[in-house]
Parts: sequence; structure tokens; C-alpha cells
Amino acid sequence: MTEVVKTPKIPPEKQILMTINGDEAVAYAAKQSLVDVVAAYPITPQTIIVEKFSEFVANGEVHTEFVPVESEHSAMSACVGAAAAGARAFTATAANGLALMWEILYIAASLRLPIVLAVANRALSAPINIHNDHGDAYGMRDSGWIQIFVENVQEAYDTTIQAFKIAEDERVLLPVAVNLDGFFLSHTLENIRMLPDEEVHKFLGGYRKTYPKVKVDYFDEEVPLILNPARPLSFGPLDLYDYYYEHKMHQIEAMKRVPEVVREVNEKWYELTGRKYGDGILVPYGVEDADVVVTVLGSTGGTVRHIVKKLRSRGYKVGTIRIRLFRPFPHKELAELLKGVKVVGVMDRGISFGSYGPSFLDISTALYDLKERPLLVNYVYGLGGRDAQPEMIEKMFMELLEIAKTGEVKEKLRFLGVRE
Amino acid sequence: MAELRGYKELPIGAVPFRLSTDYKTGDWRALRPVVDHNKCVKCMLCWIYCPDMAVIWDGEKITINYDYCKGCGLCAHECPVKAITMEPEPTE
Amino acid sequence: MPKQTLPQVPIKKGEPAYKLWIFEPGWKGELPLILNPRQLAEQKRPALLPGHRLCAGCAAPIIVKLASFAFRGPTIVVNATGCLEVATTIFPYTSWAVPWIHNAFENAASTGSGVEAAIKALKKTGRLPYEHVDVVIFGGDGGTFDIGFQALSGAAERGHDFLYILYDNEAYMNTGIQRSGGTPPFAWTTTSPVGKVIPGKQQAKKPIADIMVAHRIPYVATATPAHWLDLMKKVRKGIEVEGPAFIHALSPCDRGWRHGTELAIEIARRAVDTCYFPLWEWTPETGYMLTDRSLAIARNPSLKQPIEKFVEVQGRFKHLLKPENRELLKKFQEYVDLVWEDLLKRAANAPK
Repeated sequence: MTEVVKTPKIPPEKQILMTINGDEAVAYAAKQSLVDVVAAYPITPQTIIVEKFSEFVANGEVHTEFVPVESEHSAMSACVGAAAAGARAFTATAANGLALMWEILYIAASLRLPIVLAVANRALSAPINIHNDHGDAYGMRDSGWIQIFVENVQEAYDTTIQAFKIAEDERVLLPVAVNLDGFFLSHTLENIRMLPDEEVHKFLGGYRKTYPKVKVDYFDEEVPLILNPARPLSFGPLDLYDYYYEHKMHQIEAMKRVPEVVREVNEKWYELTGRKYGDGILVPYGVEDADVVVTVLGSTGGTVRHIVKKLRSRGYKVGTIRIRLFRPFPHKELAELLKGVKVVGVMDRGISFGSYGPSFLDISTALYDLKERPLLVNYVYGLGGRDAQPEMIEKMFMELLEIAKTGEVKEKLRFLGVRE
Repeated sequence: MAELRGYKELPIGAVPFRLSTDYKTGDWRALRPVVDHNKCVKCMLCWIYCPDMAVIWDGEKITINYDYCKGCGLCAHECPVKAITMEPEPTE
Repeated sequence: MPKQTLPQVPIKKGEPAYKLWIFEPGWKGELPLILNPRQLAEQKRPALLPGHRLCAGCAAPIIVKLASFAFRGPTIVVNATGCLEVATTIFPYTSWAVPWIHNAFENAASTGSGVEAAIKALKKTGRLPYEHVDVVIFGGDGGTFDIGFQALSGAAERGHDFLYILYDNEAYMNTGIQRSGGTPPFAWTTTSPVGKVIPGKQQAKKPIADIMVAHRIPYVATATPAHWLDLMKKVRKGIEVEGPAFIHALSPCDRGWRHGTELAIEIARRAVDTCYFPLWEWTPETGYMLTDRSLAIARNPSLKQPIEKFVEVQGRFKHLLKPENRELLKKFQEYVDLVWEDLLKRAANAPK
């Protein structure tokens, strides 16, 4: 959902109206973000991003070095090299491509490289499938990346630019994955408003040129954390039981600082463009008086909100929260919003086989410390691109309202829209 | 080894904060190379081949930096005039 | 935090014994390639510092040291996972006097691609305070012949400007001597053991340098640390050409090859003398050109030594010297001869 401020710094009429799909929106955002190196490999439904970006390069519209790598593993590897050398680096992938990157995702985060990755979320093989679910993104949950899920094409554009701002913030210095639902967003045309190039440049402070400083014993002064012939540092050493744990603490601490930065960036973007997404972390709707709240990630957020509006107009006390920031997970913020709610339905477009949906696990954790805990039901839905029909969601709400009445959860893990 | 530091004292990004010259590999050595300066023809082959940067040319003569020399014996083997011999480490 | 300075060893003439390579922003020029050993010892300091924990007598640091003498200015080193990477950066220590990055095992070439692309982008936008920054990649045989081959082939095809130096110790030494695509036939390793039925590795050594030639990149060469002048000259050429360059350097490993710690250079020399590892370079313009000792052997075949000379000093081949394995040794000799003869046919400067 997009909230509009009365007088943004760049009024809507000064913004550029474009009818584009999610992939193109991401490509334009990366272009305007003055990305130095794009290393990417085609994979459906992300391919349009690299195609579009290749056009920018071929037409001389960008200074970017485009590295058409031979695999996603090399895409992320090249981004690591580029970011360590001081460049602003970007890549995009999906599903199996993201899985192939997996090893290097951890390395990018551990080396504290502010890479931005667009994931056009797609189901993982096998059987091979090109359509949307969140299994790919859930797979990188523990890699140390910031993960943001967007609801529409406008948000995909806005968030890609914001991602660079967040990643490069000295309090953060972590890579950011922007998740847009494959096909539902990647290939769907929407009217969006883009900023003029120079406004994006200003928002990001121009090219990436300031670097975090570190202190090592062999230099008197603090030195920039990049591959710098003037002050040599070594990236990626062997780190055993005596220091590895301490280095993980750095990542843990950095993650703690992410929410405040995401909030700030969301606010700044709001002042500039008139658009914001909740507080940048969670996008609640109708939660204040709700007995039943459904949480959701990504494009289904819009469908759920549509049903919430419909049901509320009929007098049902229902609400929804779209989780925009999935890593770090906003446990405290969610608990605060869900305090006093009777039943929470957690929608997961993916599952941890043998357990629950990954967002359900986090929400359970978030709610455990509440004195009066809401009842919880996990709804797994939409695997492999199965459509999340409004009727299906409405049925889910009715089920949850029934639970609110009876206080009884018969099945904690439910599967929506699957044939038996 | 210096005292282990806490994470608040470490540079981020896991970049090493000290040079390995602190770490003296000389105690790996069983035999030590000894240079006979009367025989040495200053051809520099030992300096060129030493895997441990432990051969020092000071502008006049070759010396061995026993802080780092691991005693592999490569210098003695490659010396074309047999000016370097491998000798047992002196006991206390 | 305690300050750290490099060991101060009294030097009467020339550079301090150990130093960090510092190129202040705006540095211009080109470091000279010095081939006179005395001048070299006075004016050059390696990019690798002592205190690294590679085994005593390892050839890898010799290759790195010699290569760094041929660097022409600001250089970023990329390192694949392997002995060299592990033993030179055991936290909190680093042995690298130049900026250095290790990413993973199979991606040194793609990491180097990214570094090179970054340098270009920074230069284009006036953010690179140097005329050029060179990228030199070091990878072992596992990281090059096997797991890193796709990344290397891709990077070569894309034409990034880097020099990739393969230090080939002919097995996975970092994990304890397992066979790789670079292990020669009949060699013992822990995964190609000499058993009652199978006498060591049964397959040939992948002709990695020829495969890189087939990519038609601007420069490919072979080298050994024993032939140090040849190696330095080749490294400089590899850095100077625009586009990818590849040097296959043989790196004797006393632990894995089962030889004395003093013999790395001796064995590298014998590898060339027996034509097991011929020295050559290739450019698209010149084709194959023999260099150094291999050119001498081509001109005077009586200098060519039998393969026993290479085999006899290495425990990994000791089964080949048993009387009952005479046939295997003969096969090994035939294999070496075949590769050598093939090279002679292709080398433009070999007497015809």
C-alpha cells in the first residue's frame, strides 16, 4: 500500500510516469543508482533485469561495467570482488540461480560488502518450475543478508534505490536482497512514478565513494575497508575458533542496527517522493481493533488487504500486516502490533519441510513473550506459482474468525489451494 | 600470541589486523643454514629461492634471519659453491 | 591498540629487509623489471612477508615472491582457497604486503573479474587515483583444473584484464594430498593410492595451459620457480598484455610429492630437464615459443634427461622404480615423449 504525503519534495507531476513491469523498474532503479558493476546471469523470471541493463550499457546510458558471467555463482563472486574494490555492485537472480549463489551469499555478508541483489522470487526445483513462491528467499534466510519483500512494481523501484542507501549506511554495511514476486511483479505492467536521475543521485550521495574505516595495528590511522593499494588490507582470511565467533558478533550487531536505518530511509523517501511503506518494516492495515490478523509477504499483501477491506465493510474485525523487512525479522515490532489480537493467520509462500513456514517460526518466536498470546495458524499457499485467489483468502479469514469464536485451533499447519 | 581481543576491539569485515612478521616460524627449524662468507660468491640464488624471505642481503653480505627460517635447506642445496651448510640447532 | 612495525633488520645498501607496498594516491610510473640478481636483492621486496605458515621448503611462496618482483605498480591480488591462501592469512595475521582478497575455492577468476570491472568503473568516473591497477590471481591446481575451471574459462572468454597464475602442486595438498585433474599419471595420492590392483592415478594430467591457449587469450605460458628469470619475465608480460593472461607454474610440494624439504627447486629443474614440464609461452601472434631450458633442449636433444631423473627423487613415484613396474615407467616415458614431441611440432622456434 502506498501512502501519499501532501507536499513531497518532488511532487508527483515532476516525477516520471512510466508503464513498466517489475523487472524493468528494478533495472531503471539500478541505473539511476549509479551502479558501477553489474554481474549477472539470465534466469526466468529475472532475465528482463539483465536484458534491460544490457541495453543501458549498449546505448552508453550508464558508466556501469556489465559482467555477463557464466553462472550465478560467478555473478555473486564478481560482485564480491567489485564491492571489495570499492564499487557499487548489483546483481539479480531467482530460484536455482540463487541456490547456486548460496555459498557466496554468506561470504558477501561476512566481508560486509554492501551489494544489492534483486530476487524475482521463484520456486526451487525439482520438479523444475519457473513460477513464484518464496522458497528461494527462505533458503537464504540465514546467510546474513537483509531481505526486503515488495508488494508492487512501484515498491520494487523505490526499494531497489533504498537498498543501496541501507546497505552502504556505515551502521549497516550488509548486502540487501530486494524480493519481488516472479511474474506477479516481475512481468506485470504497472504505472509507476520514477524520480529524475539527479534526484536519485542526490538521495544516494552520488557514486559510492566513501568507505567505512577500520583500524589495524600496522597503520597509524584508520584506513578504508576496501582493496586499496595505498593502504593494503587482506579480505577473507582463515579464521579459526579463536576469532570466528567474534566476527559473527559483528554481523549480529550490524543486523540489530538495520531496523532504525530502514525506518529512516523510508521516512526520507517519503519526504522526497511522497511514498512510504508503513514504517519501512511492517505495513499494517486495520490491525488496531482486529480480532483476526493475517500476516503476509510480497504481492499477496494487496489481495489480503482487499479482502480485509471487504470484510471490515461487513463489520468483521479483521486486519493484516505485510512483513516488508524479513531479515532482520521485526520480532518486537510485530509483538507490539499483535498484542491483544485473538487469532493470527500466518501466510507462508514456502515451507521448511518437516517444520512450518519460515515466517511462522519467527512470528511464533515473536509472540511467545506476550502475556496473552494470540492463537496461531500457519497457512502455506501458492507454491510453484499457484494463484492466491481472493475467495481462498476470504475463506481463510472466515476460518480464523471461527477460531476466534471457539478458541480452538484444530490444525496448526494448513495448506491453502492444494488438491487432495 | 598476543592477548585475544574482543569483538568490539576488532576491525569489521574480518580483515587481519597484524602482519605475519609477528609470527616467528624460526622455531619450526631442526637444522639451521650457516653461511661461510669466505666461500660465498654473492650470486643471490639463496635470496631468490628462499621460500620464507629469511635470507637477508644487506648490501654487503648474506645473512639468515633465524626468526623466520624454517630450516628447509633449500638455500644450502641450491648454493652453487656450497657456501651454506645445514647444521644442528645449537642446544642451550 | 598496540602499533605494529615491520622487523627492522640493518641494511647497509638498498631497501629495508621487509616492507609494505604503499602506493600513495596519484602514484605514477612503472616499477622496473630487474633481472640482475644483486640489484634485485637490493631494490626489490616481495609482496609476501615472512611468518607465513606454508610448509618448510614449499615452492608456492617462491613463485609468489618471484611474481611480485615483476609487478609493475599498484596490484590487487586475488587468491583461491588453497594452501597459499590458508597459510598466508591465519587470523589475526596476514603475510600480504599488497591488497589481497580470498573469496572461495572455485571463484578466484570470477572474483578477479569483479575486481577488474570495479577498477574500470572507478577509472571511468575519476575515482581511481592511479593510471592502472593490475589484478593478479593465484590459484592452486584444484582451484584451477577442477572446481574453478568454469569460472576461469568464463573470465578468459569475457576478456578481463588480469594475470592468472596457477601454482600447480599436482594434487589437493591443502586437504592432504588427494588427486586432482593436475595430478600426473601413476602418481600416488591418498585418493589414487598405489594398491594391489591399481598403481596410482590411472589418468593423464589435464593439459590446462593448452586449454587456455584454446581460449585464444593474449598470453599463456608455463614456468617454474627454478627458472626464476624466465618466470619473472613471463609474469611481466602477462601483466602488460591487455586482457587475460595465464601462467601455469609447477610448484613442487615436499609433503605431497614425498621429497626432501630442500629439493623443490631441484625437482622443478628436473621436471624441465626431462621434458615432463616444458617451458613455453604462447601468444596469438607468435604461437607456441619454447623458452629457457626447453628451448636449449629442443636445439640440443642430448640434453633431454630420462623421466627417471624426475621420478627417482619423489616418493609418490617410488613404485615406478620397482622392477615389476618397469612397464609403467616406460609408459610414463612414452606419455612425456608424446607431449614433448607434440609441443616441438607446434613450437615456432623449435628446430624443424
